[in-house]
Amino acid sequence: MATVPDMLGPLNISADTPALRIRGVEKHFREKDPETGRWRPVAAVAGLDLEVPRGEILGILGPNGSGKSTLIRLVATLLLADRGRVEVFGLDVERNRLLVRRLINRVSVEASFFKKLTAAENLAYATGLYGVPNRVAQARAREILERLGLPAKKLSVPLEQLSRGQQQKVAIARALLTSPTLMLLDEPTTGLDPKSRREVQEFVLEVRATHDATIVISTHDMDEADRICDRVAIINAGRFAAIDRSDRLKARWGGSAGTMEQVFFTLIGEHLDEADAEEGGD
Amino acid sequence: MQASESRPDPLSGRRRPLSALERELRAVWALVRRNFHLIRRYLGWEIVFLFYNVVNTLTIGLIGLALPAGAARNREVVYLAIGALLWNFLSILFQEVSNSVQWERWEGTIEYSFMAPIHRLTYLLGVCVWAVLYGLVRTMVVLVGVALFFHVSIARADLAGAGLVLLASSVPFIGLGLIAAILPLLSTERGAQATQVIQGVLLLISGVYYPVSVLPGWISWASVLSPATYTLEYVRSTILNGASVRGVLPISGLLLLWGVVLIPVGLALFMWAERHALRVGALKRNG
Repeated sequence: MATVPDMLGPLNISADTPALRIRGVEKHFREKDPETGRWRPVAAVAGLDLEVPRGEILGILGPNGSGKSTLIRLVATLLLADRGRVEVFGLDVERNRLLVRRLINRVSVEASFFKKLTAAENLAYATGLYGVPNRVAQARAREILERLGLPAKKLSVPLEQLSRGQQQKVAIARALLTSPTLMLLDEPTTGLDPKSRREVQEFVLEVRATHDATIVISTHDMDEADRICDRVAIINAGRFAAIDRSDRLKARWGGSAGTMEQVFFTLIGEHLDEADAEEGGD
Repeated sequence: MQASESRPDPLSGRRRPLSALERELRAVWALVRRNFHLIRRYLGWEIVFLFYNVVNTLTIGLIGLALPAGAARNREVVYLAIGALLWNFLSILFQEVSNSVQWERWEGTIEYSFMAPIHRLTYLLGVCVWAVLYGLVRTMVVLVGVALFFHVSIARADLAGAGLVLLASSVPFIGLGLIAAILPLLSTERGAQATQVIQGVLLLISGVYYPVSVLPGWISWASVLSPATYTLEYVRSTILNGASVRGVLPISGLLLLWGVVLIPVGLALFMWAERHALRVGALKRNG
């Protein structure tokens, strides 16, 4: 792994400042009621409180539309909260937007790139915006992609010719090249084959170990949350139903099966057999 | 929070930390380089568009050739060619600036570009620098095509004066582009439609191929609101009548002043639109 740049040192942030602190955050969007045709506010995030210490991997599990991506966008300075406060290393994300942006990066569920450009060209652009010289970026990108099981020669291939899994690996490299101390991973392994998923998971653990990074990862994969996260937050309808270590969650909510899946269904108020029936009906 | 001066820059790895200005300049360069890469990838389309531009300009110039041979015909060809060339340049400036956001929204990269730790002015400056360079290159290619096709005399032309007016008028056009760029920020598709309408109105009222005096009374007043009206009028006066740099200094100053007002207004509106997009989740929303 390449030399780890110290992003926090120059900012004189004390070691006991949590990487992420969220207090009473609410976010509503307007949606058109299909029956009345009128606009109405819908709560995407409804009063969240959270503290993530430095170096932790926090998993966020929740059904579709539960507020996972909204929460990550609020931290990523891509949404403004209606109420409450989000702090990254003690910096308010609204007041210190540029400083916060130097400390974070995000991988979204869809690998958003200029599809006609090669991976190298996309990375040159993305890292150039952060002031990273291109030769440094390309050398680090080769290291990261090879570590993720993507041959360096793929750097010169247009993104549209890479598989979804390969694109996602380039997206992870893009985020890591800016040396974020808080990485926001929004379903980074969705749609990946089991081998790629495992490679990404191993890499996330390695990044935490070698880069002193704090990682917030949203996922639908119960095993992933169980395996790589220090704590898991279950979110439903914009609220946290529980936040704890996975072994404690399983002991308390896992029932006789003692699985994360059972924890999930217990906390979102559905039974496994109901969920199976819904899936069958889709 | 204050950055320590003694530590190396964490991203570049250099002993001397990157100054804020250096970081912002690197970002400007990243935007210019990205657009150059995009042009290279869409080279086929670029050639087709350029070919169409050249042919379009030639066909407009040919309208002038329909007049009987003589000074009037020569003048008419040059008059029309200036209109086509200037419109080519100014519309590229306007389109490149106003479409930059739209393009990123279509590609899905806008959240990543807007999440970068750079001032919004830097992002827009990168877009504008590219727009000017790209517009100049494309217009020069068209100009070469026109020069080879029409053997008309521009012996009286004061090219320095024409260049000065063109340079000065780029500034308000960039300002107009910034104002138009907020539309795709508010709504991708409707914004794109609105920018096309704005461009069409500018084409109609600015006297690109005719003097604005021929516009119907109900719309002729609008011509004074378009910077292109003055650009066209004064560039024509330098090329056709030999108006000197000194003669076009006042209008160049006025155009520059217009831009100096429009650019901060455009930037302020853009930042308001970005804040609105962050509030309502218009950059992108799922989950």
